[in-house]
Amino acid sequence: MEPVFALLTGLFLTVSVYLMLSKSIIRMLLGVAILGNAVNLLLFTNGRILREVPPVIAAGLDVPAGPTANPLPQALILTAIVISFSFFAFLLVLAWRAYGTLGADNTDRMRVAEPEDGGPPPSGY
Amino acid sequence: MNAAGLTLLALCLPFLGALAAPLLTRILGHRAALVLALVPAVLFLHFAGFAAEIAAGGVVSGGYDWVPSFDVRFSFLIDGLSLTFLLLISGIGALIVLYAGGYLRGHPHQGRFLSFLLMFMGSMLGLVAADGFLMLFVFWELTSITSFLLIGFDHHREAARRAAFQALLVTGGGGLFLLAGLILLWTISGTTQFSLLADLGPQVKASPFYLAALLLVLVGAFTKSAQFPFHFWLPNAMEAPTPVSAYLHSATMVKAGVYLLMRLNPVLGDTAAWQTLLPLFGGLTLVAGALLSVRQTDLKLMLAYTTMSSLGLLVLLTGIGMPHAIEAAVLYLVAHSLFKGALFMVAGIIDHETGTRDVTQLGGLRRAMPLTFGIALVAAFSMGGMAPFVGFIAKEEVYAALSSLDPRSIILAVLAVLSNALMFAVAFAVALSPFIGKSVNTPKKPHEAPALLYLGPGLLALAGLVAALGSTTLHRLVSSPMASAIAGEARMVSLSLMPHLGLPLALSALTAVLGILAYLMLTRLRCALAALLAWLGWGPDRGFDQAVGGLVRLSFSLTRRLQNGRLDTYMTVTFAMIAIVLLVPLFLFGELPRPPIFPADIPLHELAVIAIAVIGLFAVLLAADRLTAIVSLGIQGFSVAVIFLLYGAPDLSFTQFMIETLTVVILALVMTRLRLSPTDHRPFRETLPDAAIALACGLGATLLLLKVTQAPFDGVLTEFFNQYSKTIAHGANVVNVIIVDFRGTDTLGEIAVVMIAGLAILSLVRLGGSQRRIADNDPDAEHDDTAGTVEARR
Repeated sequence: MEPVFALLTGLFLTVSVYLMLSKSIIRMLLGVAILGNAVNLLLFTNGRILREVPPVIAAGLDVPAGPTANPLPQALILTAIVISFSFFAFLLVLAWRAYGTLGADNTDRMRVAEPEDGGPPPSGY
Repeated sequence: MNAAGLTLLALCLPFLGALAAPLLTRILGHRAALVLALVPAVLFLHFAGFAAEIAAGGVVSGGYDWVPSFDVRFSFLIDGLSLTFLLLISGIGALIVLYAGGYLRGHPHQGRFLSFLLMFMGSMLGLVAADGFLMLFVFWELTSITSFLLIGFDHHREAARRAAFQALLVTGGGGLFLLAGLILLWTISGTTQFSLLADLGPQVKASPFYLAALLLVLVGAFTKSAQFPFHFWLPNAMEAPTPVSAYLHSATMVKAGVYLLMRLNPVLGDTAAWQTLLPLFGGLTLVAGALLSVRQTDLKLMLAYTTMSSLGLLVLLTGIGMPHAIEAAVLYLVAHSLFKGALFMVAGIIDHETGTRDVTQLGGLRRAMPLTFGIALVAAFSMGGMAPFVGFIAKEEVYAALSSLDPRSIILAVLAVLSNALMFAVAFAVALSPFIGKSVNTPKKPHEAPALLYLGPGLLALAGLVAALGSTTLHRLVSSPMASAIAGEARMVSLSLMPHLGLPLALSALTAVLGILAYLMLTRLRCALAALLAWLGWGPDRGFDQAVGGLVRLSFSLTRRLQNGRLDTYMTVTFAMIAIVLLVPLFLFGELPRPPIFPADIPLHELAVIAIAVIGLFAVLLAADRLTAIVSLGIQGFSVAVIFLLYGAPDLSFTQFMIETLTVVILALVMTRLRLSPTDHRPFRETLPDAAIALACGLGATLLLLKVTQAPFDGVLTEFFNQYSKTIAHGANVVNVIIVDFRGTDTLGEIAVVMIAGLAILSLVRLGGSQRRIADNDPDAEHDDTAGTVEARR
């Protein structure tokens, strides 16, 4: 099953990078949301794919009865999902504020921090 | 406490004094200098107590391990060489602190100035007492930094800022060369202490890295001691208040380079390279300094260039390797510190009491300032090498060292005589011509300086006389031990004021005659040199400006290109780099995965979910309106959640469902409030490179993942968690156990990130009056209040 997941991960990453390379902030936000899924799939596939057996130990046993899905990537992904969501929410609000104050949703027109016509630095001491 | 412990304490004392100086000055005003001068005075007495022991051939050493794993010790070693420097630094230091108390009386930042001065004193004492390489380097750079602070003391003037920056760049940069040289010496010899290095001279000289180490050390020493062509920072450093010029830039700091050369003479000296490079650069500096000093009309600048010339002479003598040369260097160093310190302070007094330092604007001060005149004359006699002052003994020894009949000595002797004659002329131009002749109107009405001002130069000038009269004691306690430490073998200095008929005396007489002639023709010489320099046009000082300007322009154009302020450029570069990092090694090292074998028995429902995810992705790409984009984003997210569910990760699936729902809801809220369009309006040719980069990234990830999954799986960690989550952590759900137990701290960090993001979002949402805030940040917008602060900063 891994080759299928490898292709799927690649596709997720392609779409997300393409969206992030756009100049419109809303498309970049969509790209960021998809990037989280791409990375999660990457982690998931790395831990190898096993169908339908969650890593839960049955009552009365000390170790899982048979082979289960790999718990480690799942734990990592669980953390990653939450963090990428907070990140996404922050970016979204930032974009919303930026749009409100600058009236622009295009990165070409968001030049407050690094203005286009910043002259040369002073030459004195 | 024993001598070693007391000495460590003594080395800390100036820094403690520096801490107390601002407060003391606030309480006592300029009289704080009287209290603070006790610090160097106590140090002087402390170090003088070692004189007898060291004269008998002993050393005082101590210290503790600093970084034992690197064999680095914070250790000091006081031998004849260190002792002379320690006495000069603390003795002259005490007089300078007193002088500064009078000179900057009433200055609003006098406390700060005294603090800097004491910090410098501590650094300089540490430098000459240091035994460990690293300790020497640290104090070396500390003297550069404190010198920067002192030169730039009048920081509201651009000239002072430039001079401070220049001195820091030249001497600090030279310090880095020195560090490299010391590390090389460490590698060659295997020791980090000068006391151990001294016996390893033959081993160091035989090393193939000897020349490299020598050159690196020489750059460090030459920048610090203002040797040609690094001399230009020293005259500019005269922007500093006069106590600084007298102390740092004539008596102590500029001699640090000479000190280093003397310290390393037993290790690096006595080779062809040493005896070529040192006399060459020393000689060039000697002549250039003497010529340039004649050109000046500013008292301090005249003295600064003669200092440069004297430093050249010291380097020359250290490197020449002739009999009497080391002894001459020792005597000249001591004599120079005494007379040049005094003359600088005299120049400061004249500046302070008349308001000008221009020698052409001064005259007839002898009636108003008789005491200063007397002090100036005494110091000038010593500088001119006249009996009965210590300068005379030094000059005799210098000429004795150069009185040889080989061509090199003859050339150097001629240069020395000519330069000394010019210095003689300059000495009297500083000390005689402002006082004689007709009275000239000066910006301030001249009157005698207060006691605090003439105490320092007076005592120094007197010391020049006493040292000469008591030359036997001087030689026994100072000159001979110091010369022995430099030579690495016992040396006796015996010259006294009694003139010995011979070549040295004849050369001295010739110097005096030529000096008097030069003094009489000074104006003509000055005009000739001015014309010569104007014809040359370019000098290293202007070169420094060009280099700094070029550096600023280069970094500006580089920044312009790399940080052009366009987010899409940054993103393109970042992802292009990611694609390169992913793909290039795979192809370059032949690590491509085998052709994958796709399983044939994928159940239909799994295929369908994967297909829905792909459709969702493309729908996001192609969405024409907001709602479609949001819904499509939801589709791919929920598909991923279903995939997690199908492949044994119900926890992930559950979380993903919640998060995706939240994402869609929030996105819908924001996007319906703003009229944002999700479509890309750019023409095809602009999106094509983006698509190529995106495809390359995706391809890289796929190939890498295929390669990874084709390798055998290492299940150690998985086994561990499966094994112990029930037995140790008492949880049945292994994923949950990992999160809350095995990796609990990680989860704590995750919660912190979520919380910080939440706070940031909250503050962004509730931020009021944001329009104004952004406008304030706009550099183009003219606001009265910000313009005012910018002006104030300038």
